[in-house]
Amino acid sequence: MTLIDLANPTRFLALTTRVLPWLAAATVILLAIGLYQSALAPDDYQQGATVKIMFIHVPNAWLSMFVWGVMSIASLGTLVWRHPLADVAAKAAAPIGAAFTFLALLTGSLWGRPMWGTYWEWDARLTSVLILFLMYLGLMALWRAVEDPSRAARAAAVLTLVGAINLPIIKFSVDWWNTLHQPASVMRMGGSSLDKSFLIPLLVMAIAFTLLFVTLHLAAMRNEILRRRVRSLQMMQASRIAFSSEMGAGSRHDNASKEIGAA
Amino acid sequence: MTALSALIRRDIRIALRVGGGALIGVLFFLTVVVLMPFAVGPDLALLSRLGPAILWLGALLASLLTLDRLFMADHEDGSLDLITMSRTPLELACAAKALAHWLAAGLPLIVATPVLGLLLNLDMVATGAVALTLLAGTPALTFTGMIGAALAVTLHRGGLLMAVLVLPLSIPVLIFGVAASQAVIVGPMSFGAPFSILCALSLVSLVIGPFAAAASLRHGLD
Repeated sequence: MTLIDLANPTRFLALTTRVLPWLAAATVILLAIGLYQSALAPDDYQQGATVKIMFIHVPNAWLSMFVWGVMSIASLGTLVWRHPLADVAAKAAAPIGAAFTFLALLTGSLWGRPMWGTYWEWDARLTSVLILFLMYLGLMALWRAVEDPSRAARAAAVLTLVGAINLPIIKFSVDWWNTLHQPASVMRMGGSSLDKSFLIPLLVMAIAFTLLFVTLHLAAMRNEILRRRVRSLQMMQASRIAFSSEMGAGSRHDNASKEIGAA
Repeated sequence: MTALSALIRRDIRIALRVGGGALIGVLFFLTVVVLMPFAVGPDLALLSRLGPAILWLGALLASLLTLDRLFMADHEDGSLDLITMSRTPLELACAAKALAHWLAAGLPLIVATPVLGLLLNLDMVATGAVALTLLAGTPALTFTGMIGAALAVTLHRGGLLMAVLVLPLSIPVLIFGVAASQAVIVGPMSFGAPFSILCALSLVSLVIGPFAAAASLRHGLD
């Protein structure tokens, strides 16, 4: 099974029908384990119980960037290989990514309230995630603005790739602009500075959220494929109705002229 | 080469002659700057502190609002199709059009900056710094905005959607432009570092912008 085989939407639908229940089950189990472990994790000596927001906040923040990466790869698929499912994947990922980004912002702000004493702080990371959220919303607006899906797909693909190049630049410049947030602590040279009792639940939650994204994404892609089929069926039906009513009008016209002739 | 210089000359001539041309952008810039004291109060000390930020925001909005004409007029009269089909690479043609647009619409904003600096109580050095950073930074705004203009013309939508798409991309330019001007006026920071990064941003967008705009024109116009 290669990527080319998946280009056939029917085969893709058949595959996802088989895979989705397993994925959903794995997501639920991992989420349950992760939540249980993070509930059991000890309180931080400084932050108290609020440190547990981290187990939700960090996976969301990680996914907010991961989803843009997925969309960029899908956009390459649209522009370079004209893969038929690539634009479906890109379109389905955008609202999910926006939702994860929003949750990262929301949990970050709820965490910031007891820690910094304010819901919103113009610090570098919060600000760059906010800009990422704005870009997700702009992309979704672009998808909505155009009727023809393939035309919208190519415009959105160009914008997604430009965003992928620009996001690191934006991140770097916002870091320059203001640094108040603590420096990165999970990924660091010479091992993680996070204690094991925090690290393991965090990793479990990260994997669970990634699985959640994969499940939601495949389901959203199925919906998008079905929606496009419904749309093309509706358009066929509409053209058939238009055609037959034209024919009907023509035959009535013929009948009328015959009647006139008979009279 | 002659085709490109002809394209640049034609675009500049159209920009200067049609509908007030470059002056409209300058007028908009002036209006934004004049509005600011009404919003923050006529406090000269405060205005001189906010001056670089106000000038940068005004220039950003002015260059954004003139951008949607970059491809739209050519699309309406069909010359964009000729440019797309011509033997000159579309990337180079896009770069030439953006350069012409910057010469006709961006440069007048920089020329107007000293006058507007007077209104905001900026001294000679501060005004010079803002004008210099605008000179280094506005090409980045034009070349990034060109991507939005190309998207707008292929989607037959412009205005707000384009602004929403392009404005987040211009945040780095705004940050380093204002940082470099503030470094001259108050800051303990050196002027060199943010200014070099500003120039680097312009050069990067000089590379990315034409390719992305050409890609979206090529994929979108058929």
